Amino acid sequence: MILNELTIRQAHEGLTKKDFSSVELTQACLDQLKKVDEKIHSFVLITEKEALEQAKKVDKKIIQNEQIKILEGIPAGIKDLLCTEGIQTTACSKILENFIPPYDCTVIKKLKENGLVILGKQNCDEFAMGSSTENSAFGPTRNPYDLERVPGGTSGGASASVAANESIYSIGTDTGGSIRQPAAFCGVVGLKPTYGRVSRFGIISYVSSFEQAGPITKTVEDAAIVLNAIAGNDKLDSTTSQKNVPDYTLNLNKNIKGIKIGLPKEFFEQKELDQKIKESIYEAIKIFEKLGAKIEEISLPMTKYAIAAYYIIAKAEASANLARYDGIRYKKNVKCQMSNVKCLLDMYLETRTNGFGDEVKRSIMMGTYTLSAGYYDAYYLKATKIRTLIKQEYIKAFEKYNALICPVSPILPFKIGEKVEDPLTMYLVDAFTVPVNLAGLPSLTVPCGKIKMREKAKEYIINDGKSLPVAFQIIGKHFDEETILRIGHHYECEI
Amino acid sequence: MQLTIKEVEYVEKLAQLKLTDQEKEKFTKQLSSILDYVKQLNEVDTKNIEPTNQIIGLENRIREDEIEEKIQTEKLLQCAPNVENGFIKIPSVF
Repeated sequence: MILNELTIRQAHEGLTKKDFSSVELTQACLDQLKKVDEKIHSFVLITEKEALEQAKKVDKKIIQNEQIKILEGIPAGIKDLLCTEGIQTTACSKILENFIPPYDCTVIKKLKENGLVILGKQNCDEFAMGSSTENSAFGPTRNPYDLERVPGGTSGGASASVAANESIYSIGTDTGGSIRQPAAFCGVVGLKPTYGRVSRFGIISYVSSFEQAGPITKTVEDAAIVLNAIAGNDKLDSTTSQKNVPDYTLNLNKNIKGIKIGLPKEFFEQKELDQKIKESIYEAIKIFEKLGAKIEEISLPMTKYAIAAYYIIAKAEASANLARYDGIRYKKNVKCQMSNVKCLLDMYLETRTNGFGDEVKRSIMMGTYTLSAGYYDAYYLKATKIRTLIKQEYIKAFEKYNALICPVSPILPFKIGEKVEDPLTMYLVDAFTVPVNLAGLPSLTVPCGKIKMREKAKEYIINDGKSLPVAFQIIGKHFDEETILRIGHHYECEI
Repeated sequence: MQLTIKEVEYVEKLAQLKLTDQEKEKFTKQLSSILDYVKQLNEVDTKNIEPTNQIIGLENRIREDEIEEKIQTEKLLQCAPNVENGFIKIPSVF
């Protein structure tokens, strides 16, 4: 048994049966990290000491025959956007290079109550702006299937790490696809919960009205297990819903006979969509038909406007959210120690100019422009009205369907450096993921096989270097994570 | 839509950034092409459509202003680069 390859469920069973200890499990992950992470660069910080200490505590409970919770003693990696008390949290930006949060974000607090073993902080695009993890101030993460390719983004480290069996699971965040797209690129499961299902308190903000944290796991069942732990109302985040949190694992096995699934044709007909991705998803759909689901094509004509509306709103909120990085409250980059600072404005300029990377500056510029006097109505207000229309379209679709299935990304993992020159082509990669954030819906990435590459990867960590993973996403109604998890689970059991 | 360098310099000032000439030129080009792309939203008639900001329809939640949990001031101040006598120190305003 290779311990670091286990799922949460398997690891939990092993721990309770005393087949192995949490320290052994944690050490297996740490060993794998030491072996492969120099090449993948999933982690920006490894917290070996903390991890082993937490694991030891759990082992003590197990030895004393105390019952442990399902996540107790399971080692996980955390995207470096989530504040962790006493552990450096940088958003992969130079401007927060030395920031050590004085508190845990609610997601971490809840996971700790569930016995989290924290392996470290995972690489992402700076302030979660990007689609490939190439925008990290600390260098890119590489796709374990082909080290020349991107793992997707922005939770690229979190996804690559689960794929490469360094972490049993990860916590990522999804603003415009940042859990689902890297999960697809790395062949793992990723869940973006409904907006308001999981607390954002203590997660470094980029687009407050889109973001949600969620699990990146090896199986759908594991995603349900993690969601159980992190979901729910939080008095520290007034945008969390007071709706009851069900046990997401309870109905996973309930059959999906008669369930109605819509296939939005605007996604499948888009000319940028790789033909092989399309074929793979149609193969998956056959399995749903076999399982008794009713499949129908539907139309969501507003889809074509999603990217434009998304980027206007995202960059506007970003420019406001990032105004707080002014050099006063957070320890800044040592390099901008203030020799040419004579007044407050100089300090702002020095800090921000030296602290932010290229995409972050571009975002702030774009957002500042669209929010500036004379342009607000034409851009921001217009985009928020389009958002209403997109939401209405989905709500209408869900009157008839239990879920929608569509591709996650129009393309397979691309090569590092291929798209960095032109920000607009990078934005277009998000065409299939951003509508979900605009509408606030939950969506689950489920891998559906591999696609053969023309040329073999020069270097790879997993698989055979000859193929790349492909996935589809299952979009659900607001607060109906149960159904999409159930659909995903049945697919997974069938293949 | 073609932005001018002058417009970019104006936004730069609003955003409290200091761009190099090279960056200004690059952003002028890139932002122009992004603005061109988003222009397509004008095809959609949004008359009488309400804007959406809170997607799940929550409204302001009011609570009593009571202190329940306090992070130690000292711990918070440790995040700041320049502190004196329990205050954050900044350069002179002008």
